[in-house]
Amino acid sequence: MPGQNPYQVLGVKSDATADEIRKAYRKLAKQLHPDLNPGKPEAEERFKAVSAAYDLLSDPEKRSRYDRGEIDETGAERPRYSYRPFAEGAEGWRYQPEGEMDLNDLEDLFAAFGSRGGWQRSRSGTGFGEQIRIRGQDRHFSLTIDFIKAATGDKQRISLAPNEWLDVTIPPGIEDGQVLRLRGKGGAGLGGGEPGDALIEVRVAAHPLFRREGDNIRLELPVSLAEAVLGARVEVPTVTGPVTVTIPKGSDTGTVLRLRGKGVQRPRNPGDQLVTLKVVIGHSNDAELAGFLERWAPRHPSDPRRETPR
Amino acid sequence: MLTLDELLTRLNGLERSEIWRWVENRWVVAERQGDTLLFREVDVARIELIREIRRDFAIEDEAVALILGLLDQVYGLRRQLRRLCDALAAQPQEVQEAVRRALPPSR
Repeated sequence: MPGQNPYQVLGVKSDATADEIRKAYRKLAKQLHPDLNPGKPEAEERFKAVSAAYDLLSDPEKRSRYDRGEIDETGAERPRYSYRPFAEGAEGWRYQPEGEMDLNDLEDLFAAFGSRGGWQRSRSGTGFGEQIRIRGQDRHFSLTIDFIKAATGDKQRISLAPNEWLDVTIPPGIEDGQVLRLRGKGGAGLGGGEPGDALIEVRVAAHPLFRREGDNIRLELPVSLAEAVLGARVEVPTVTGPVTVTIPKGSDTGTVLRLRGKGVQRPRNPGDQLVTLKVVIGHSNDAELAGFLERWAPRHPSDPRRETPR
Repeated sequence: MLTLDELLTRLNGLERSEIWRWVENRWVVAERQGDTLLFREVDVARIELIREIRRDFAIEDEAVALILGLLDQVYGLRRQLRRLCDALAAQPQEVQEAVRRALPPSR
């Protein structure tokens, strides 16, 4: 007897224990068993219904799925009504909170315009049983890339599901926590609804040497006393590979060299790399150096702690 | 429109008294007809939502009212926003482009 609540069929409450259900079933089965009721088709019908109801309710998993509304009394999957398409559809006004919304408050939501996601009309027609059109769900992924690839751009392949890959183009200059939206790569839509999007949250790993500052990249470069004083040509790492840089004569700790276009590789307007020099003596135990400094009297003595509060 | 009996058959595992209480709490809007209630599709979907919130998240009645109030605000906002988006989508391409350019980045 489809359409009948199995609890009612067995004459038990919806919170009946397994034991109560078993007792109710045995009692009815005895009364209605076809062998005990020959020639009574209505008893046979009821017996079938009782058996089916007991089948469902005696299996804890099926029972809880039925209680949650996931399956119907015949054990068939039941379509689930999602509230959202209704709430956002024409009938949603039924639950409009009192007092209209102020359209001026919407600024932070305006970013949604242009993404087009989510606001497709999701229903066609009215009345139960009509086709419901629902946009597919967005799928969320996260991807960690290394610092240099974030600065230069990259292509990555991520696994959406076994045997399902997605090629992701990382634009140069992506920031930690930025989300890339790949239109149409999410879950499939229902009833002709458009597919959802894949949303990929990108994490950028820190780098031991480089540090981002907007589109510029900072690097601290140790140089020797001689290199700083006499000038030198040294190799410096950048995100696009090592380059040779001239340390000007008379540099000091804190001198900044700007390597144009060696920062974040934005196609039109790449950032710069800013190299801050740090003089490292490295030979402070060297007797010759000590001897030289003892004899050395600068013509214009300077106080390195001039600016340091005393 | 579904009557209360039809609703209970459709959404198994719900008690008649529960639904009456939800209607009295104004969580669900229903039309009264004699001694029964009539529900629209949107109400049925909402009843399913309430059932899920209460059972699956073990949320008590006071909190349900709060959640529904917030949800109604969000959906109200989204409906308003959609009106706006529809209005923008009906504008010529240049206007749409101009609006897109004028949008400050969202992060």
